[in-house]
Amino acid sequence: MADTHADPRMSSARSSPKRSMSFAWSDPAFRAIVWQVLIVGVVVGVIWYLISNTANNLAARRIATGFGFMDRIAGIPIGESMIPYNPAEHTYGRALLIGVLNTLKVAVIGVVLATLLGTVIGIGRLSKNWLVAKITAFYVETIRDIPLLLQLLFWYTLLQGLPSPKQALRIGDAVFLTNRGLKLPLLVWEWQHTMVLATLAVGLVGVFLWSKHAKQRQDATGVRPATWPIGCGLLIALPAIVGIVLGAPLEIELPVLRGFNFQGGLTISPEYFALLLGLVVYTAGYIAEIVRSGIEAVARGQWEAAGALGLRSGMVLRLIVLPQALRVIIPPMTSQYLNLTKNSSLAVAIGFQDIVSIANTTLNQTGQAIEGIAVIMAVYLTISLSISLFMNWYNAHIALVER
Amino acid sequence: MSETVVTASSIPAGGNKAPPAGMVGPWAWLKANLFNSWLSTATTLLLGYLILRAAVGFIDWAFIHAIWTVPYSAKGVPDTSSCQNAKEVGACWAVIGDKYRLILFGRYPYEEQWRPALCVVLFIGLYIVSAMRRFWRKELALIWIVTLSAIFILMGGGLFGLKEVQNDYWGGLPITLILATFGIACAFPLSILVALGRRSTKLPAVKLLCVLYVELIRGVPLISVLFMASVMFPLFMPAGVNIDKLLRAQIAVILFAAAYLAEVVRGGLQSLPKGQYEAADALGLSYWHKTGLIILPQALKLVIPPLVNTFIGFFKDTSLVLIIGLFDLLTMGKVALSDPPWQSFSTEVYIALAIIYIGFCFAMSNYSRGLERELGRGERR
Repeated sequence: MADTHADPRMSSARSSPKRSMSFAWSDPAFRAIVWQVLIVGVVVGVIWYLISNTANNLAARRIATGFGFMDRIAGIPIGESMIPYNPAEHTYGRALLIGVLNTLKVAVIGVVLATLLGTVIGIGRLSKNWLVAKITAFYVETIRDIPLLLQLLFWYTLLQGLPSPKQALRIGDAVFLTNRGLKLPLLVWEWQHTMVLATLAVGLVGVFLWSKHAKQRQDATGVRPATWPIGCGLLIALPAIVGIVLGAPLEIELPVLRGFNFQGGLTISPEYFALLLGLVVYTAGYIAEIVRSGIEAVARGQWEAAGALGLRSGMVLRLIVLPQALRVIIPPMTSQYLNLTKNSSLAVAIGFQDIVSIANTTLNQTGQAIEGIAVIMAVYLTISLSISLFMNWYNAHIALVER
Repeated sequence: MSETVVTASSIPAGGNKAPPAGMVGPWAWLKANLFNSWLSTATTLLLGYLILRAAVGFIDWAFIHAIWTVPYSAKGVPDTSSCQNAKEVGACWAVIGDKYRLILFGRYPYEEQWRPALCVVLFIGLYIVSAMRRFWRKELALIWIVTLSAIFILMGGGLFGLKEVQNDYWGGLPITLILATFGIACAFPLSILVALGRRSTKLPAVKLLCVLYVELIRGVPLISVLFMASVMFPLFMPAGVNIDKLLRAQIAVILFAAAYLAEVVRGGLQSLPKGQYEAADALGLSYWHKTGLIILPQALKLVIPPLVNTFIGFFKDTSLVLIIGLFDLLTMGKVALSDPPWQSFSTEVYIALAIIYIGFCFAMSNYSRGLERELGRGERR
């Protein structure tokens, strides 16, 4: 009691006056605590009320909660799957796993293709050629104003309106486009091919290490050792030698018309094709704008200074402009990748069986509504967080290092 | 001395000489913009050929060989054989003529359809008024409340001698506009609170709640939130309480939109110079006075262009309610196509729907771009 009244000037340490909380409304610290307790209390109360209602409702409907249903036989027919699946013997858990894989299959390939198309269109908007600049601007303005779902339905009906396998649109004897999807030739996969792929991976690591070494040499001596002969050797020659030595067969399986449909080859289903097409075409419109504004954000003086140094135009772009533009481009690009991944959930509207579609079927069959929604949300949160983390890492990697 | 006087006529007309021939005029423009190198020339020729072919093909399909009306049988069933014959060569716009009321207004009672039509007009009027800077005052909130209640009464009826229409029968464009507009109108105040909560330094628990809410919602697709609304909301309610489908979707849209808007508003709060906060503190204003009088008016003005862009996004995203079976514009397009005679004319319907969406979105994005230029003018000076 006494030290609260002591004159702080009298104490030798001269510490700042010790704040003790007074239980008065005029004390901001006290107010802050009251507000927090109140708000958190209300939120927790509402959530608890909703949970108790849910528990009552579930009890009334005799639905057991929990993820036990994951081990039951699914019985959901799944059209395309990357892992073996039989509705009569595999479980809901496996069906959901297939959904996750299908979502990833669309998202990964969609992100790559949309980036390529978007970059081309974004650079096209900056073209000196008037026609190219106008046509790309028209593309960007129109595609971004039409709901993605409408575009997906449009592509899907367009693909369904294609001729039947007997009158397929074809390129030679290898590629067929029909209302059953796109048929492509497929390399017959043997263990030797896996070895070739493994060699390629080793080669990639080698190229990475060598270019790191080359950069160190350049920093130390100013002369960069040639990288491309080593790169070619590691990436092309080495896998080729491995392939020849092991005798990898180059047998290509062509799709062949048998009866009403094609047999063999690689099939890209109309659902997957329409979804990929819609996502890529739509997202590319946004990526184009990001790329364009990123390149425009690089000051003109940078181009001119690079030109004055005598760099070739390709080098100007690669060494001067892109590294600076990327810093502007990466953060919005991340959110576009996230958008593409989340938008792939629209697959449910055209019958491609991604995680949303399979989880939806599951919750309809089992009545496990909460668990089904929780699975969907957990999957997307995981994917979103992973993409965010990766892109943040990449962004930090290329960020301007300031003193 | 007179020989040293330089008269105007003796100056070589270097300053205002006409540019050399070939530097101006349409030919020079063509040369500079379309044919300035062999690569550019090749691109121009190839693209020009493709565009011309596509344009001719489209005009041929959409106008020249198009079929605008079809005969009806005595029972009112359309006879689409002429359309079927012209399937590959010409569009069949007769499907739009036959179905436009269904697509625009859904299953709303036919003789009462002036009401949704008036609602659409009211919505557009509301957008136009809100877009004019002259009306950016506190009264605008009042205008919104009045107009939105008028729209609600007009659609639902039951008052002022209007026939009552259950919202199961609402459909088409009004549903799209209702979901988007009511969604934004309710999400906006919520988003301001969430953004303020997320920026708060003194209330860590509230900040945590806001961060969790925003990141959770932004990490999942809208569909999952809509699914949650359609299958989980009924479980959340006490037994006997039933919220109808439209309201459930509307709540989902609001919860979803608020998370995105909160991030936009937070951007505005962050871009305000710190001095504004400190000056308000120095004046001895309380938190709410500081926020309401100093911070929000400036921060919100900064984020109007991104707010409009977010609104465009949600306008398009309302089409997702198709998946949970609500009758918005896109769903009605699909319903119209399920009529057997018109089943194979989806392209025409989808084009018509795309034109409506493009019309709204293009107007809004054009406006947002103009606004950005206008608001940026002060800073560039």
